Amino acid sequence: MSSTERTDVLVVGSGFGGAITAYHLAAGGAKVVVLERGPWLTAPDFDHDFKLGSSYTRAFDFVVGEGMSILGGNCVGGGSVVYFAAMPRAPRFVFERHGSIGRRMWPAAVSRDTLDPWYDRVAESISITQQGWQDVTYAGGLWAAACDHAGRTANPVPAAVDLSKCTNCNWMMAGCHFDAKQSLLLNYLPAAVAHGAEIRPLHEVQQISRTGDGGYRVHYDVMDAEDYRLRGESGTIDAKIVVLAAGAGATPVILQRSEQTLGKMPHAVGRYFSGNGERLNTAILNEDKVREVLGLTREDGLGYAANQIGKGPVVASWDRLDGSLPEYTRYSLEQLYFPPGLGTILAEVPGATGPSWFGVDKKEILKRWQSWLIIFQMIEDDNEGVFGPPPAKGNADRLSQQMLGVGRLKYDPRPSTLRAWAMADAEVKDILERDGIAEVAAWTNDVVGAYTVHPLSSCRIGDDPATSALDDRHELRGHPGIFVTDGSAVPGALTVNPAMTISALAERAVPGIVRAAQERGVEVTYGAPAPGGGTSGRRGVTPLLPTLTR
Amino acid sequence: MTLEAFADTIIPGERRSPDDRAVAGAAAGGGAVAAGALELLRWDATGLHDSLDGFATALDGHARAYAAETGLTLDETVPPFVALAFADRTELVRRITTPGHPEKALWVSLALFCNMAFDSAAHMHTADALAAGHPGLTALGITPPDPDGRWRFPRFGYGRPLARLHPDTTPSGSPA
Repeated sequence: MSSTERTDVLVVGSGFGGAITAYHLAAGGAKVVVLERGPWLTAPDFDHDFKLGSSYTRAFDFVVGEGMSILGGNCVGGGSVVYFAAMPRAPRFVFERHGSIGRRMWPAAVSRDTLDPWYDRVAESISITQQGWQDVTYAGGLWAAACDHAGRTANPVPAAVDLSKCTNCNWMMAGCHFDAKQSLLLNYLPAAVAHGAEIRPLHEVQQISRTGDGGYRVHYDVMDAEDYRLRGESGTIDAKIVVLAAGAGATPVILQRSEQTLGKMPHAVGRYFSGNGERLNTAILNEDKVREVLGLTREDGLGYAANQIGKGPVVASWDRLDGSLPEYTRYSLEQLYFPPGLGTILAEVPGATGPSWFGVDKKEILKRWQSWLIIFQMIEDDNEGVFGPPPAKGNADRLSQQMLGVGRLKYDPRPSTLRAWAMADAEVKDILERDGIAEVAAWTNDVVGAYTVHPLSSCRIGDDPATSALDDRHELRGHPGIFVTDGSAVPGALTVNPAMTISALAERAVPGIVRAAQERGVEVTYGAPAPGGGTSGRRGVTPLLPTLTR
Repeated sequence: MTLEAFADTIIPGERRSPDDRAVAGAAAGGGAVAAGALELLRWDATGLHDSLDGFATALDGHARAYAAETGLTLDETVPPFVALAFADRTELVRRITTPGHPEKALWVSLALFCNMAFDSAAHMHTADALAAGHPGLTALGITPPDPDGRWRFPRFGYGRPLARLHPDTTPSGSPA
């Protein structure tokens, strides 16, 4: 028997929720260990290659559920490495949503006004660019022009991309080889390491149990570096504080599996999952109409034919983000890119009379792939997702060596969600089919269910113990010393890309975690500057600290 | 042969020879089979490699049942699914991948990799596949990378304002 390893704070996952908390706790003086299920890849490792086993599959996790599939990060840096770096703040009305629980879903302490100082902290820590029209890609420009043609507005989206380094290669989902994307590998994580945090890749946490002294024991398996179906040795680490940030598709699964050792979990663990209301449409452009109707021409005389070129989502239409509209009728429509491999099978043939997602007609639209424009809807769903009993290990039964697994999430969209998707579908069609610019079809939900790249809410904050697993400081109800800071803590769909909000909430959670650690005898203080040394964000949140360290 | 016929139903292609039976010739140019669907499926990285015989047997079983139900007589010199005409293969695949079918998840996973063989050549390095004229990547019109195997697009946008901004945009560029 080897002696048990001990740390002050054990962080599970190294995406936004894990990296931000690990940095602040390490900088404040705590001994921090981060266990990350995926590999530790850096810029030279990020391939431009669709071959299985390249970074495109090593860094990803695609979990098929019943009615909903989740695409998430699986590497040091988590979602920040594979995401498209869109960093808008959530609109004000989102924080006032009720969903179907008959009361405000968000804690009374959180509104756009009280979260803005925490958004500011993130903006000081992750370099976010407010893109101008000169930065907008062909795909984004096309979407903007089509919106304008239809009487709508359209905005370049703020993004965590260093445009001076960006080559518009559109390989962001495989990690950025050029370090243009400002992932956590470039800010919070190296700063955490500089303050002594240890990051251990290929360590998949399975469950948590109690130690005799009021702390927690975290049980992990070491994963094979290439074939994630294979596991090596198991181990444990004891910690006074546990921060769970394994992602909304994994955090609740770890807690469910821990129920036998930790005791009863709050009802909302593994419930109220939201796919952020996401749904995709594909428009297939008529290149002649792009020139004639929208007046767009590329330098070589082409109208568009530029699906391959770009940097993910660049332009969004926010006309429906209007707080005076009823809930479930507000959404954003964002131009997006989805690479082959994951981004074509679900696309349906517009106006299909035969099979819509495979066959002769599907092959014909694949031949026009360069003229595809993908539009991403983010509506308000109704937190319909529920996780079934956990699998024996991990968050899914892994089918392939990397990426593909079968999980336990069930998602049965209610009429309010289906109506919102139908509204958004109709609006995309209205905008893009005007004057024959394009033919539009939604991605099918019949193959792998709905599809989200932004899983949320499966272990959420709130004021009502019946419908929230965490209190407003992100502490797990009934299990003091366990905090959850990833997307699962977000109460519901945000109608915009959620990374900025997940990050702001993680920043906001830190003072409470520091206080809990202090109460357990850890010598740690709150108040580190931004990873780059900036201090204006810290000044901005100072008035809010007393409410978070009560 | 049965799985070739399945792959050809997902992304159809032209016959490899006049007596090709698995590939039905329903579309011009190479389809999933020419794109390497069987090579991909046989690779252990997919997790399906050990189950392929079972898939073929089950699919042939479904084909026999389909033939019996629809009154078709199958050519017994080839596996039952291969003996189906392309339209019948298509109808059968539609049925077994429709929500509610008990084996849907299995057939969807098989279709997923057949599609990936075509749209991303997931069994090959992408640059090599493009250089070799891979039928799927070529059909999609994916341009070749720079000599170092990386893609760069110095010209990427129209470079001018193309819409009015939302009136409630904050100074940092977010919705209000």
